[in-house]
Amino acid sequence: MHVHEKPTFESNYTVQGGNFDEAGKVASQIKVILKKLGLQTDVVRKAALVAYESEINIVSYARKGTISISVTPGQVKIETTDEGQGIPDINLAMQEGYSTATSKIREMGFGAGMGLCNIKKFSDYFQITSEIGKGTHLKMIINIENGV
Amino acid sequence: MDLETIATCLNLKVFSGFDQLKTEVLDGYTGDLLSDVMANSKEGDLWMTRQVHQNIIAVASLKDHAGIIMVQGAEPAKDTLEKALKENIPVMGTDLSGFEIAGRIYNLLKEKQDITRIDP
Ligand SMILES: Nc1ncnc2c1ncn2[C@@H]1O[C@H](COP(=O)(O)OP(=O)(O)OP(=O)(O)O)[C@@H](O)[C@H]1O
Ligand SMILES: [Mg+2]
Repeated sequence: MHVHEKPTFESNYTVQGGNFDEAGKVASQIKVILKKLGLQTDVVRKAALVAYESEINIVSYARKGTISISVTPGQVKIETTDEGQGIPDINLAMQEGYSTATSKIREMGFGAGMGLCNIKKFSDYFQITSEIGKGTHLKMIINIENGV
Repeated sequence: MDLETIATCLNLKVFSGFDQLKTEVLDGYTGDLLSDVMANSKEGDLWMTRQVHQNIIAVASLKDHAGIIMVQGAEPAKDTLEKALKENIPVMGTDLSGFEIAGRIYNLLKEKQDITRIDP
């Protein structure tokens, strides 16, 4: 991993909890930027999914949050921090099918309990930490095989 | 096969993306769970769903879908239509069930067109 390389691109985005009208906007912006940077389709596809699922989780389960992205020649790093209820049992939350989504959230097509699993599956590195009543932090890295 | 051919053969209503109908459809995907569609659908897919909430537009756009078909007579919610028009994403509709429309599109894409056509 090229962890100490100077970023070729860095940015932060704010996500408002509960605002499903805007949900997915940050992920869309990230996808556009990564495409412009000329990254391989596969890397863009993975990063878009990771950004989307973490954005939706902030909108669904937190008051507000930040998504930051940093691109170096060797990797795309996406980190999210939110202020919210936190996750009491991370192992349980990571299980496919486990969801605490409300019926309102489910009506919109969310709440399959697949988001976190897919984030992990589509990332080369995934770390999740959470504090009950405080919030949740995710760190994801997607490797770029042949550089930007 | 492009969207226009499929829309004509299957008598689909077109709600948005009117100038995108030459887009090539590579394959199809059916699903109402957005995280399933995010993970398992592909670029160029025609996505068949019963969801009408505006979040489907972001998913179709992020996944570079050829378009969306709302099944079972569903129509886009007001916000969904506005977003689809603004982002120029083709949203279409059919009265057929997800099963029926997916079967017909499958046949069209695999060129078994004779048993698939619906007369308007
Ligand atoms: N940022 C977060 N803050 C608090 N709880 C969270 C957060 N992200 C996930 N969770 C908890 O973990 C559960 C599983 O999340 P996951 O994204 O895997 O599935 P989901 O959001 O329920 O459904 P899907 O993502 O398939 O639409 C959630 O239902 C919620 O209880
Ligand atoms: Mg989720």
